[in-house]
Parts: sequence; C-alpha cells; structure tokens
Amino acid sequence: MQALTTRAKQVQRKPLSWVERIYLWNIFKGMLITFSHIFKKQPTIHYPEQKRTFSPVFRGLHVLNRDEEGRERCTACGLCAVACPAEAITMEAAERMQGEEHLYREEKYAAKYEINMLRCIFCGLCEEACPKDAIYLSETFTPSDFTRESFIYGKENLLIPDPVKQPEAFAKARGLN
Amino acid sequence: MAEQQLFKVTIDNITVEVPAGTTILNAARKIGGEVAPPAMCYYSKLKDSGGKCRTCLVEVSKGSEKDPRPMPKLVASCRTTVMDGMEVKNITSEKALDARKGVVEFLLINHPLDCPICDQAGECDLQNLSYEHGNEGTRYEFQRRTFEKHSLGPYIQLHMTRCILCFRCVYTADQLTNKREHGILDRGDHSEIATYIEKSLENDFIGNVIDVCPVGALTDRTFRFKNRVWFTKPVDAHRDCPTCSGRAQLWMRGDEVFRVTARKDEWGEVMDTPDGKPGWICNTCRFEKKNTSDWVIEGPTKVDRHSVISQGHYIGMKVPNETFQPLMKGREPKLMMDIHDVSEVNKTNIDLSLIEGPATSETFSPDA
Repeated sequence: MQALTTRAKQVQRKPLSWVERIYLWNIFKGMLITFSHIFKKQPTIHYPEQKRTFSPVFRGLHVLNRDEEGRERCTACGLCAVACPAEAITMEAAERMQGEEHLYREEKYAAKYEINMLRCIFCGLCEEACPKDAIYLSETFTPSDFTRESFIYGKENLLIPDPVKQPEAFAKARGLN
Repeated sequence: MAEQQLFKVTIDNITVEVPAGTTILNAARKIGGEVAPPAMCYYSKLKDSGGKCRTCLVEVSKGSEKDPRPMPKLVASCRTTVMDGMEVKNITSEKALDARKGVVEFLLINHPLDCPICDQAGECDLQNLSYEHGNEGTRYEFQRRTFEKHSLGPYIQLHMTRCILCFRCVYTADQLTNKREHGILDRGDHSEIATYIEKSLENDFIGNVIDVCPVGALTDRTFRFKNRVWFTKPVDAHRDCPTCSGRAQLWMRGDEVFRVTARKDEWGEVMDTPDGKPGWICNTCRFEKKNTSDWVIEGPTKVDRHSVISQGHYIGMKVPNETFQPLMKGREPKLMMDIHDVSEVNKTNIDLSLIEGPATSETFSPDA
C-alpha cells in the first residue's frame, strides 16, 4: 500500500535491548528536555492576577446601553434578533405608560430581553444591526459556570448601570477607572 | 356592445395591448415586474384614488401614433390614460428616476425615523420605496411636524406624524362603510387625519384603513407592539363570516394568532376573492377572532424570498434521523435544560395575542 505521507515510518518490531529495557536513559533524556524549558520564555500568564490586553475589536459579553439620562435605549425593534445567526436573542416589547418616561427613551421598550449565551457565537451582528445604539459587545468574557441555566442572560444581567443614579458602577462598567 | 378598442402601448420597450381608458400604471402592471411604477396613493380597488403622491411619475416619449410629440413634463401614470401607439419610459428614463428620488425625499421630509418602533416596518410601502429610490441621508434641517395625539378608539392606532396624506383611508371609509367619520382636517402643513370631535372609528369594515395605509400611520391596536412582522408567520385562512368574505391572512407565532389582515396581492393591495370582488374583511374577523379555532387554515402564504417576512421560515428543512434512541436501546436522551423553565420570554401565563391593547409594564409585573 502506498504511504499517505512522505514522513511515514515503518514500526520497528525488534525486541528492546538491555539499556532500553531499564528505561533510565529514556527518563534522563526526557527530564533534560523538561529542565531546558526552565530557561525559555514562558508562553502562559497567571490568569486572574495577570490579564492580557484585548484587541480593540474584541467582542465579548453584551451590554444593553442607556442614554445620558439613564433611560434604556432599546426599543425592542427586533433587528438584533433577526440579524442573529445563532437565534440567541429573544424579546418581548411593551408600551411605555405615563410616568415611565424617565425609564425608557422611546414609546416602546423591551419588557423582556434575553440572550442565550450558550447559543451566542459573539459575531457582533446584533451590535451592527442595532439602530438605536442599544446593544454593544464589551471587552469581558462571559463568566464560566457549572449550570446551563445561568447562561440565559436577562435584562438584569445585560443592562449597564444607570449613569445618573450609580455613576461609580457605570464608570466601572465602561472601564473608565 | 361593440368590441372594446385595444390600444397598443410600449412601456420600457415592452409592448402591451390594453383597452382604451386604461391608465399607464395599470398597463405597466399588466406587464408586471420592475416596469410597473411604484404607487403610494393609488389603490386600484378604491375609486378616485391616486394623483396625490407623484411617485408613479413616468416620461412619455411619444404621445400617440397620431401625435408623436413627447409630453413636455413627466406625468403621473396613475391618472394618465394610454393612447394608441404611446411610448412610455419608466425605469429606462433617467428623468423619471431622478424625479422619483426627489419625490421620495419630499415624502420623507416630515416622516419620522420611527421604523424601530413602528409596527408597519417590514411591510411598509414607504420603507420599500425609499430603499429602492431614496437617498441615504436627509438634507432637511428643520423640526419635523408634530401633532397632538388623537385617539381613534380601541381598534385603530393613529400616528399622524407618519402620515403621507395619501387619502386612501378617506376613500376606504367613503366607499366601504355606511358613514365616514374621519377625514383630513386643516390644510397645507397642518392637514391631519382626524375625526372632527374625538370619536372612535367603529364602523364595520373601517378596519380596512389599516390595510390600505401605505405607511404606519394607521395600525392595528390589537397587534400594537406585540411582535415584529418578520417574527410572525403569515398563513391563509378563512371562516364563515356573515358580513364579509371571511378570507383573511393570519399572522401567527406557534399557535397564537397575533394579527388578522386581508390577503394582499403582488402590488400590496387587497386580493380579489374568487368571485372577483376585493377581499375586504370586516372588523369582527380582523379584531375579534384571535383564536386558531375560529379559522380554517389553508396553508402558509407564499412570501417573496427577498422579503424580510420570509426570514427564519425554514422551508424544505430536512430533520436528520434521531440516532440516540436506537443506539441506547430506546432510552430517551437526558435533557440538561428546558429553555422554557429558565426563559422569561414567551411565558405561558401571558398570552400576548389575546390581550386587547399593547402590553405594558402591568402585563409583565409579577403580581399580574
């Protein structure tokens, strides 16, 4: 049979010699390679203490934006959901009632907004589709977890803190300090 | 009656024979496709409609066989009748396309950028028109006109800012209902659709103004903000209705009927019933029958592949054979999570399609 690659080697079936049978020489050879790595540059970092800088186009966890008065920008137009190739986004809209003008920017708002982070592929098409600057992909990872339930992100997980009522939390979320 | 005289008319180098008295627009619609000029105010099922929006402007490069001079100006094709040997240029005329671009800009001057909120988005004639013919930006620097909110009752939601004053709804009320209760008040920049004294529109058949409205000025209040057009699936259905033809289109999601409209033809107008009459539907069918048990469903409506409404309709999808059960000796696969246990959306205790008006924060409050 013709070999699939030029690097294929015939397996040697001949019995091991005495030096090979006690393995000491092979262990020594292996340890030599291990020790030599002590003097080489480390490719890994100590993750939670050290963090790598993100690329400027990194697409991480989603954020639902507010305007400068702290009102939610999302109007539940459904363009992010229609653009989403993984069909991870669902929402339910509601009409703004009288007295809720300080909460929502427009007449209609997303009463429920959910992203299934198990489905999300972080392509950023929702961000691109949004006509209201309401959804952004931030520079953070989705935290890992042991249960699947915790990956259904609702509005309480996604909304950015209110810049008027919680300025510190807002600045932290924006990565300003 | 003597045989009707046939006129030969050439539109964009395609010749068609039409009876005398046909308008250029209808002759072009007979050819179909791109040749037919767009129309915002003309509605073939409404008498006297047309001649207001000027989007159907075409260039007549040869008046007729007897008088071959071209017409000096662009003409509104919905109001100009054909002559024998007439030659019309629509998409082949740069002048007409440029004029149409100007008309779109004028129509959009006072039209708010409401599309993310508007329920008409996705099936809006003005949206389609401005995609095809309009400019990307606006040159208008002034405040758009605003109006005081005017209620038209529990069924019809009026957004006067979106109106382009096409008069279609006025003709509909005149020609379909026994008494017209709304009209255009004031004039010029101030003209608005309203009832003179705050009155709700409750005539039978008045719901058809929603279907004829080319923009989102008149929308269905029972569907308001419930869902987006492209997430609902249109199916053809009929029911035995004593007042109307009962042939309608249901906009469904799962088993829920979110909205009922009349069926539309390729020009966005109400489709004819088999006996040749326009298939207007009555208010009962449109607003009250929101259960699948009320209707006999005929099957999914054919939607143009390029329409946003056809997104997510997985037609011809082949589901692969499930291999788990035969391999595991009939054991069911263990579900790690049922999305409906976790998700806050589409809760089974809130039937959005059955509540009367739009959902509010009260609908979703925990004690509701």
